[in-house]
Amino acid sequence: MEFSGVKRRKPWLIGDQRKASYPHSLQFYLQPPSENISLIEFENLAIDRLKLLKSVENLGVSYVKGTELYQSKLEAEIRRLKFSYRESLEDEYEPRRKDHISHFILRLAYCQSEDLRRWFIQQEMDLLRFRFSILPKDKIQSFLQDSHLHFEAISEEEKNLREQEIIASSTSLGGPKLELEYVYKIPFADALDLFRGRKVYLENGFAYVPLKDIVAIILNEFRAKLSKALALSTKSFPPCMRQLHKALRENHHLRHGGRMQYGLFLKGIGLTLEQALQFWKQEFIKGKMDPDKFDKGYSYNIRHSFGKEGKRTDYTPFSCLKIILTNPPSQGDYHGCPFRHSDPELLKQKLQSYKITPGGISQILDLVKGTHYQVACQKYFEMTHNVDDCGFSLNHPNQFFVESQRVLNGGKDIKKESIPPETPQPKQSAQKTKNASSALASLNSSLEMDMEGLEDYFSE
Amino acid sequence: MEPFDPAELPELLKLYYRRLFPYAQYYRWLNYGGVVKNYFQHREFSFTLKDDIYIRYQSFNNQSDLEKEMQKMNPYKIDIGAVYSHRGNGSAVTWLCRPNQHNTVKLGAFQAQEKELVFDIDMTDYDDVRRCCSSADICSKCWTLMTMAIRIIDRALKEDFGFKHRLWVYSGRRGVHCWVCDESVRKLSSAVRSGIVEYLSLVKGGQDVKKKVHLSENVHPFVRKSISIIKKYFEGYALVGQDILENKESWDKILALVPETMHNDLQQNFQKHHSSLQRWEYLKKAASQCPSNIKNEKCGPWLEWEIMLQYCFPRLDINVSKGINHLLKSPFSVHPKTGRISVPIDLQKVDQFDPFAVPTISSICHELDAIFTSEAEKEENQAESDIKHRTRDYKKTSLAPYVKVFEQFLENLDKSRKGELLKKSDLQKDF
Repeated sequence: MEFSGVKRRKPWLIGDQRKASYPHSLQFYLQPPSENISLIEFENLAIDRLKLLKSVENLGVSYVKGTELYQSKLEAEIRRLKFSYRESLEDEYEPRRKDHISHFILRLAYCQSEDLRRWFIQQEMDLLRFRFSILPKDKIQSFLQDSHLHFEAISEEEKNLREQEIIASSTSLGGPKLELEYVYKIPFADALDLFRGRKVYLENGFAYVPLKDIVAIILNEFRAKLSKALALSTKSFPPCMRQLHKALRENHHLRHGGRMQYGLFLKGIGLTLEQALQFWKQEFIKGKMDPDKFDKGYSYNIRHSFGKEGKRTDYTPFSCLKIILTNPPSQGDYHGCPFRHSDPELLKQKLQSYKITPGGISQILDLVKGTHYQVACQKYFEMTHNVDDCGFSLNHPNQFFVESQRVLNGGKDIKKESIPPETPQPKQSAQKTKNASSALASLNSSLEMDMEGLEDYFSE
Repeated sequence: MEPFDPAELPELLKLYYRRLFPYAQYYRWLNYGGVVKNYFQHREFSFTLKDDIYIRYQSFNNQSDLEKEMQKMNPYKIDIGAVYSHRGNGSAVTWLCRPNQHNTVKLGAFQAQEKELVFDIDMTDYDDVRRCCSSADICSKCWTLMTMAIRIIDRALKEDFGFKHRLWVYSGRRGVHCWVCDESVRKLSSAVRSGIVEYLSLVKGGQDVKKKVHLSENVHPFVRKSISIIKKYFEGYALVGQDILENKESWDKILALVPETMHNDLQQNFQKHHSSLQRWEYLKKAASQCPSNIKNEKCGPWLEWEIMLQYCFPRLDINVSKGINHLLKSPFSVHPKTGRISVPIDLQKVDQFDPFAVPTISSICHELDAIFTSEAEKEENQAESDIKHRTRDYKKTSLAPYVKVFEQFLENLDKSRKGELLKKSDLQKDF
């Protein structure tokens, strides 16, 4: 597998294509973006979204959510930062694109700890809830359809036939005002929280859900999907990158060797090149580093490693061999290969913290003793992904990531339907990561098992 | 009917498993048309043998394998578990010890994947509202509780949830089981199963709770339809059979369910009336007239409904239904204490179902003996007649009509499967 960097692509789309790629002011972020844009733009995108989510948080604390004051202030904030919000506005392509890309950048930044995940999910949900609340009623159906949710608004006649039953079942309806409400028909299992408490009318396996209750279902579904996607991102990081990330989290600072290794790894993940820079910036800001100093110092370094400055050499993310053999870490460093460079006792502790079984740990330690570091890492892959044979010969951290995403999104996913992409697919794509996709469907037991395994990662 | 003696079980079971157990139909059920590879082979069965030896994680290759093992082991009890990710390899333990772990498969990988949605309704859960019997006892008077339970739950499973393949089975002693076998249902998660039980539950609270049913002003269609069903039986079952307002001792229990402000009036007037029927009529009138002067106290029909529901509405055990790996007694299994066969219940004739008319293992073995000896006298070749009769033996006994009900259920499953396959092949043809 070649990891020689991302090929440049013309990101400009023509007229109709632009509209088709973002048909709505809001989205569920089912597909990661697939284009490259300039370094500066990406910095700004991620910072802007971070500002937006912080505003969402502050407004949610200062005002009661859903009130006029809250709504108008939030709308103003979204407009100010030039993100998308209104369905009916013309030429909303840029703000929607910005919304899409910035979301995915922050996903990677926020996936690795329980606190961060919770915060990120909470603000994203509040944002989605607001946007949904201002969506014109007649646009809701097409939005749901485009998001591949099996929510069918029923016709007037169908509603009239069941009017009494629907009113009698739904506590969210204040009296006989059914004519004003849209009612949606969804498979009962998709409305678990409603039907278990008999808060919705069931008929022949379908729940007849008024609009107000649909919103709750959608938000729940969004939260579940986003949680899963974040957790999967974590699970896909090889140990060498996890320890760097952990060190960065804790110390807000990485020395040169670590920066090189991690920065290049993130580059290789292939969503976009430049998210790494934003990520670094965020981390350093947390560590109270001066943003100017950052721009001049570290960001130069990262731009260099991406080939934007100096020799314009597109540095390739480090392979396992390079990490194992060159530039060993010293005290205060967190780079290198944990299997090669960590003290066996520390390695054991680390593996325990990653919830590897004692049997697995001893196998890994044996391999390390025999200097089979990459095989040890493969064993780690097998244990964390619950497969007997990882099915590849590991020689690169990015390969670990891609294989992991393949396992996690491959056979065990929910209904594998062919879903038209939100953005037009590029002909030559960089190593892309596909997050958990597909429509709202009844949870099956394998999905439930997936979630059970992932809970461990939440408690890290 | 031939009296049942538990001591005879070993001999009786031998004959039952050799000549009477309907293996072909049983396999036809659990194989589900062979559509999914290894579905039958990965199914867990558990056997309880003589002396309470309990073996879990049994699995069988096919009908013949199942037959041979059952005849070899002569189980007192058979339970059906989930379809797992792998075959079970059995674990013989005495009932006091915990079952062995599986060493052939990494523990995490051996998972329960699918199972029918099951319900277990047990008469002991109604002890607080039935006056005729308690604990393991049942009689024709309280059996109506099971009739109402079947009607209410079955209607909801069919009309609200759209489930098509529901098998109701007599448990053999004091209750009924329901097996919902639709393909999509077998895949339901534990969370959804729990949700279904919650939807179907109205009676809440243990011994310390007097009033177990509280209705809100908005009466959900499920509740309304259930009340309609109960209304058909209430007079006969509760007012006549159980006579719930017979005397002060019994009507005090009802008064505990109505607002205190009504107590004096009701006590006085109950004395004046002569039957539960009359007293109930009075109660209904009083309830509809009582002003709701106390906050949250209910009057009007809700009060009447709450009482009816507390006395008649089905009580489900959520633990039986929510776990995908939960074991439940198999249809056509024998109840070791009563000798009764766990037979399917004909939904068309649920009002006529009589648990005391259900054949016991001794009675059908006896029937078989009688037929066999009289027929064997006519046959020349003993061995030939043995084989010839084997597959049709149960048909000559009282077990036959129950197997027929089972076969009808299997027919419906087959029809559905064919329908699904046609649909799928039609879709493919379009491409």
